Amino acid sequence: MLFKTITKENFRNMIEGIMENNEVIGPKSRDRDTKGAKIYRFLKLNSFDELEMDYTRSYSSPKNYFLPFKEDLATYDLRDTGWEQEIRYTIHPRIIVGMRACDINALLKLDQVMLKSQYPNPYYSARRRNTVIIGLDHEPLEDCFCRSMNTDTAFHGFDLFMTDIGEKYFVAINSDTGYMILNRFDSCEVGEEDQLLYKEVRGRIESKFKTQVDITIVPELMDLEFESDVWKRWGDKCLSCGSCAMVCPTCYCYGIEEDIDLNFDKATKRRFLYSCNLLDFATVAGGHNFRPEAHIRLKYRYYHQFRGFVEAFNQSLCVGCNRCGKACLAGISPKAVIDDLIGTEKR
Amino acid sequence: MSKPPDFNRQTILMQSERGFKSEIIAAIPLTAKEKLFHIRICDPCERENFTFLPGQFIMIELPGCGEIPISISSSTSNKEFLALCIRNVGKVTGMLHRLKAGAIVGIRGPFGTHFPMEKMTGYNVLLMAGGLGIAPLRAPIYWANNHRSDYKDIIILYGAKEPEQILFGYQFEEWRTIYNLNILTIVQKADKRWPGRKGIITDLFGDIHIEPDNTFAIVCGPPVMFKFVCAHLSTLGLPRQRMFVSLERRMHCGMGKCCRCNVGSTFTCLDGPVFDYWTVMNLKEAI
Repeated sequence: MLFKTITKENFRNMIEGIMENNEVIGPKSRDRDTKGAKIYRFLKLNSFDELEMDYTRSYSSPKNYFLPFKEDLATYDLRDTGWEQEIRYTIHPRIIVGMRACDINALLKLDQVMLKSQYPNPYYSARRRNTVIIGLDHEPLEDCFCRSMNTDTAFHGFDLFMTDIGEKYFVAINSDTGYMILNRFDSCEVGEEDQLLYKEVRGRIESKFKTQVDITIVPELMDLEFESDVWKRWGDKCLSCGSCAMVCPTCYCYGIEEDIDLNFDKATKRRFLYSCNLLDFATVAGGHNFRPEAHIRLKYRYYHQFRGFVEAFNQSLCVGCNRCGKACLAGISPKAVIDDLIGTEKR
Repeated sequence: MSKPPDFNRQTILMQSERGFKSEIIAAIPLTAKEKLFHIRICDPCERENFTFLPGQFIMIELPGCGEIPISISSSTSNKEFLALCIRNVGKVTGMLHRLKAGAIVGIRGPFGTHFPMEKMTGYNVLLMAGGLGIAPLRAPIYWANNHRSDYKDIIILYGAKEPEQILFGYQFEEWRTIYNLNILTIVQKADKRWPGRKGIITDLFGDIHIEPDNTFAIVCGPPVMFKFVCAHLSTLGLPRQRMFVSLERRMHCGMGKCCRCNVGSTFTCLDGPVFDYWTVMNLKEAI
């Protein structure tokens, strides 16, 4: 990997330069919550000033630029004699600024499913290949447990990754596109001093993680404690609303629906993100539901994240951002559930 | 028997999302709720290249209405058309039942694993179906008929709710006489006109002789049937890895993406729908 540094002013020039001809997406403050704290979301930026480089956590994850809530898979031209299918999955290139290491790692996990599997997904592939990612280091929040999930640092999956070292950003370069962008705007070689500063910042970040979750034995526990009343206890709180899956950076369950035009001459096949916590998720033809109760559905969500994905790819699907814990209306947080499962929850 | 996988990712990208346009050439009513659809891929070249193995499924799509997974119930050697036995239970199946010959639908596939018919060579084969479960079993039955000399005794046990709901009854005589299969049927409810047996499918075990060391079993039916049948076969001493079941889930993609059929790391559309019973036992919620 190559490293460079860029001054904060030049970084501003860089983003503004890119913005002239390209779509730039970044963390933007949208509103304030009841306590007055800002709510952030990844949205299209119109000027550099809208970009909040010191944002805490975006409410929903930037995954939605790769897996949109709703996406047209195909359109149909219906005629008397039959129909013609048209599939389109081209998008305009764009740039996402300010993605956290956990969100970049989340994309790498999605890549495993969407690109490196038996059936690569062309829609995801088009979006992934045409998106430049500029990552940004941050100091951990109270409830981040990404260090426990081994996703607090990103080594690949991005184009540029920046760490704030005071006057400048320390930049890791991971692609030709990233290198070209950086070269077009003034950047400097890494000096000895920069390197020391970078190490110091990294050390400070690493020492600041407060929340820890031990998941070493969780894959086994998932089977051992399958009938445990832990699931009932937490599952009975669950409202089956699916908020957790919507804000999760790695949840990718979806459903397909088809719409027909009122004129009956066009039809659309649409994919929409779904949640395994929703009531009809596992319903089959004839009405049999394999997961009729909320606590069963909650259990299978954890079962996929902490057992199934580990079995398939040697890593858990969870990245430890705790977005689901924040979004949950019933106050179910992954840390509390796992602690309870392991038996370390203070009751 | 199986074709080597296609490692050209571009081809997969093209084929997995695009449907083959296919024409319904016949819609034959079987019972009050089930119809047998004969579907032919329109393009002659695509039709020639379309191959599947017994137990695999396809996604059938009605543009503007929806897409559903359906198991293929025709012979693998039938290049003319695919037979799909479909029960009218929901939105898409309801619309399919209203279609007549000549309608154009889309199909994607084939997806999933198959019954390992090649492993069963030299063994007895016991096929057990409950209700609509006979539909996915037709492909292995045809396979066994076409390669009759490869297998020893072939026994089919079929349970239905009522005599009127027996599917493909018109073929049983042909299978019995020409292909020398032993077919036993049983129904749960029947009036006096029904000459056969009444009861549930496990009652038929008394009528047949099973050699546990020399038998492969294929089971397909409602979830409750798997439990009793497989438990009974286990007590007879049939190894769990020689019992194959075909599971049902409502897949939306068929490609291991939508997670509708996911349990842990297992996807019914990729690792199934055909599982051996050992895998099913280790799979939570499978049946």
